[in-house]
Amino acid sequence: MNAFSYVRPTSEAEALRALAEPGAVALAGGTTLVDLMRLDVMRPARVVDLGGLPLDRIDAKTGGISIGALASNTAVADHPEIRARFPVLAEAIDAGASGQIRNMASVGGNLLQRTRCSYFRDLASPCNKRSPGAGCAAFDGYTRMHAVVGGSQNCIAVNPSDMCVALLALDAVVRIKSATGERAIPMSELHVTPDDRPNIETTLKPGELITAVELRDAPFAKRSRYVKVRDRASFAFALASAAVALDIEGTAIKAARVALGGVATKPWREQRVEQALVGKRPTQQTFDAAAKLALADAAPRPDNAFKVALARRVIARALALAGGVS
Amino acid sequence: MKPAIGAPIDRVDAQRKVTGTATYAADTPVTRVAHAVIVTSAIGKGSLRALDIDAARRAPGVLAVLAHGNAPRVKADRTSGGPNERVLQLLQDDWIHYADQPIAVVVADTLERAQGAASLIVPRYETAAVVASLEQSLPTAFEPKAMVHGAPDSSRGSFDIGLAAAKHVVDATYETPNENHNPMEPHATIAVWTGSDRLTLYDATQGIFGVRQRIAEVFGIPKEQVRVIDQFVGGGFGCKGTPWSHVALCAMAAKVVNRPVKLAVTRQQMFSLVGHRPHTSQHIQLGADPEGKLTAIRHAVISETSSFDEFVEPSAMQTRMLYACPNVITTQRLVRVDAPTPTFQRAPGESSGTFAIESAMDELAYKVGIDPIELRLRNYAERDEQENKPFSSKSLRECYQQAAAKFGWNRRTPKPRSMRDGHELVGYGMATATYPANQWPAGARATYRPADGTYLVQAGTQDLGTGTYTIMTQIAADALGVPIERVRFELGDTAFPEAPVSGGSTTASTVGPAVKDACTMLRAKLAALTPADRAVGQAVVAEAKSEVSPERKKFATHAFGADFVEVRIDEDLGMIRVARVVAAFAAGKILNPKTANNQFVGGIVWGIGMALEEDTVRDRRTGRVVTRDLADYHVPVHADVPAIDVIQVDEVDTVVNSLGTKGIGEIGITGITAAIANAVFHATGTRVRALPITLDKIA
Repeated sequence: MNAFSYVRPTSEAEALRALAEPGAVALAGGTTLVDLMRLDVMRPARVVDLGGLPLDRIDAKTGGISIGALASNTAVADHPEIRARFPVLAEAIDAGASGQIRNMASVGGNLLQRTRCSYFRDLASPCNKRSPGAGCAAFDGYTRMHAVVGGSQNCIAVNPSDMCVALLALDAVVRIKSATGERAIPMSELHVTPDDRPNIETTLKPGELITAVELRDAPFAKRSRYVKVRDRASFAFALASAAVALDIEGTAIKAARVALGGVATKPWREQRVEQALVGKRPTQQTFDAAAKLALADAAPRPDNAFKVALARRVIARALALAGGVS
Repeated sequence: MKPAIGAPIDRVDAQRKVTGTATYAADTPVTRVAHAVIVTSAIGKGSLRALDIDAARRAPGVLAVLAHGNAPRVKADRTSGGPNERVLQLLQDDWIHYADQPIAVVVADTLERAQGAASLIVPRYETAAVVASLEQSLPTAFEPKAMVHGAPDSSRGSFDIGLAAAKHVVDATYETPNENHNPMEPHATIAVWTGSDRLTLYDATQGIFGVRQRIAEVFGIPKEQVRVIDQFVGGGFGCKGTPWSHVALCAMAAKVVNRPVKLAVTRQQMFSLVGHRPHTSQHIQLGADPEGKLTAIRHAVISETSSFDEFVEPSAMQTRMLYACPNVITTQRLVRVDAPTPTFQRAPGESSGTFAIESAMDELAYKVGIDPIELRLRNYAERDEQENKPFSSKSLRECYQQAAAKFGWNRRTPKPRSMRDGHELVGYGMATATYPANQWPAGARATYRPADGTYLVQAGTQDLGTGTYTIMTQIAADALGVPIERVRFELGDTAFPEAPVSGGSTTASTVGPAVKDACTMLRAKLAALTPADRAVGQAVVAEAKSEVSPERKKFATHAFGADFVEVRIDEDLGMIRVARVVAAFAAGKILNPKTANNQFVGGIVWGIGMALEEDTVRDRRTGRVVTRDLADYHVPVHADVPAIDVIQVDEVDTVVNSLGTKGIGEIGITGITAAIANAVFHATGTRVRALPITLDKIA
């Protein structure tokens, strides 16, 4: 770990000023940042500890729920209104990490969770994400855990978050502040694919701070499920996961949301699958046929080719659970 | 008074452990202790062209930076000792044998400053091509010079004739991957020099006397001037069986900075600095007559070793005696790869070897068309046919019967994919477990303290978390004829009578008899005291050294068991879950059923990990371990561990040693991987012959 300066602001304005300094990083739960600092993968000059800011409120209103960026993952997953109105979010969080980590990890931090690519985490391996232009050790390396979609020759690292997959399926909105103002972006516009700049992972600008995530009630949100397949029963990253949500009216699917985790360089929306579901009867045949349309553009590596078929089966299972046909 | 032996008493050290007052090596308070960190190589083979340590040297708090240009020369980085000793990497030259080999040591006043300075070291390498895996070097397989466990090869009868006569043949190759032990407590050492030639080491080790011997050789000082202390070990499993480079590097650093130094191996370094179970490829051929009686067995093992040492994973050993068969060949060969030297890992040989032979027996049962238990009973070995000796005791039939009954094996329909429950395919599998019952010589000392009427019993052994403190207290109390509350047992100090490494499931059978003898002698001494002697109130001491009885040599001594497993596999998603395990073990006298159950269950949990999860993956281009932390290297979490029901089968053995114990530390991890693999086949119809059985292999 490098030597760094540390500040713990007590107001948002003070935090935004500190984050605008060169080399500043925000510290929330620390479950990613401290881990990567210990490995020397991240060597920030300044650490801005957000722990003193009052940003942990979960505010359930008519029409939606606003989640403060510093609310813990546990607090979100355990919140009765979230469990009732956005079950996929609670299920996704519960499927991630361990109880201890979920207690520490924040919602804002989870949005910015960094990849678990083992080459990224090993300083002796070249990594474009860690040092742009160095090359990608993963592409021709051991790729069992890597992305089958959304990657490039420069980076095939998976976005490891479960929570983000659910937020994407729920059309969540991310609220952002900076010293110069405020903005809100849809979840689908937060993360970017690596392309030729794997070091750029989000559309956040330097000095910006995520303050909240907003969920709006929607008919599909209540009928939403998360299914995650991994190498052991708990405390493991996804080989493939799916967050799905269905609005079923009468005997037909009126709207659908499908997002994938564990297979892509960012939380991955599957609109082709969604479109194939709309207007159909919610049967296993419908779900299986729609799920087969997922990952049409997949470009797997030799070790992870199994993920393509697996992800499709995970979607089908999640849809069956959400649609009540299982 | 009821005997303490055989009672399920709580661990005598439990309270210290759960209250955090048990002192593990790195916890030992030492004044003015400095902190050392090891810098390791990025490349997997080659040489150091240059190593820029100037910035690290100038960093705040740094006391020394050791590298091959400036590190003190040692007397010996290799020993002429047995096959379990290995070359240490002590900064003596610029050659790199494996990825993450030590290339420098940074010592600073705080750990953080040592780590910070270490990140400033800039190596430049001359890189050579790496041979990273067994497949690449198969043509160069060679016979090992020596093995700890016996001769590399065995042969009886004529395999070719036996195979030619067979009606049914199984011919298959089974593979087990590289696996790292990863005990909860990483290796750690604190080195304290007194003057230039007296050294005290607080070291996380399974063998304090082995550390003393090796470190004395490295520094060229008499072993009596090295004292090694380790009162609690947070798991060993073999990787703490012999001293590795970091122990000597810590002592070297302490000498250079002239103050005590602490060095803890990081979790990432646990994958390169302290050994691993090597990748094995095991070719098995079985021949059987129409009834399933074995006519021929061949078990040919190839395992990886490093470019500079020989270590054999002796996976064929149990095959020599497990079944009755007139024609048996076993061979063990090595291939060299650019990796660290492998080492003993829990049931070295028997864990990986029973996966192969017991999977093959399951395949044979399907070919013959009989129940896998019946196949094993038809080939039941009444004596060790290789050694041509009777077993000192063997209760394997009882293990099969009792475990099968409790499991409900008769509910199994033999056809693969014939049992299901909703989305889940259900599979039942079974296998035989076995591990040799060994004994080595050991010493112990017992002291009566008249001041408070208590007994202090000491032996230079170790408690790896297995319960040594507890069972030795029980043995001592019975031999002395006093309640356990009046006995205090101490271990983990080379100032105590010498005992061997805690390995090979031998501690109860090795140290136990010595403790029993010392306490029996002390009791006799106390009985002989005159009233005048007693009035003086002096401590009374007795010391014993136990030996292995010549009688043992006439017998084959092994523990046996049987594992029965139910797996459930999501048919669409492939997720494999061990739903329940029933196992029966016959391992001689059980000293404490509670700590014994813990050992058996712990072995089975390890087996679940070995069967389904554990895999040390090396990058084939660089030889670097890719699965280098506990997020990427999976071991079972609680949710992976089902109800595990262990039956302790009564067994009396008057040959193995004076306590009748066979050792229980390792048998739990044998057989279980094959039982799981056999259950996966029964559930899915897919035979996975390469561990771990991950869902992509059954898709």
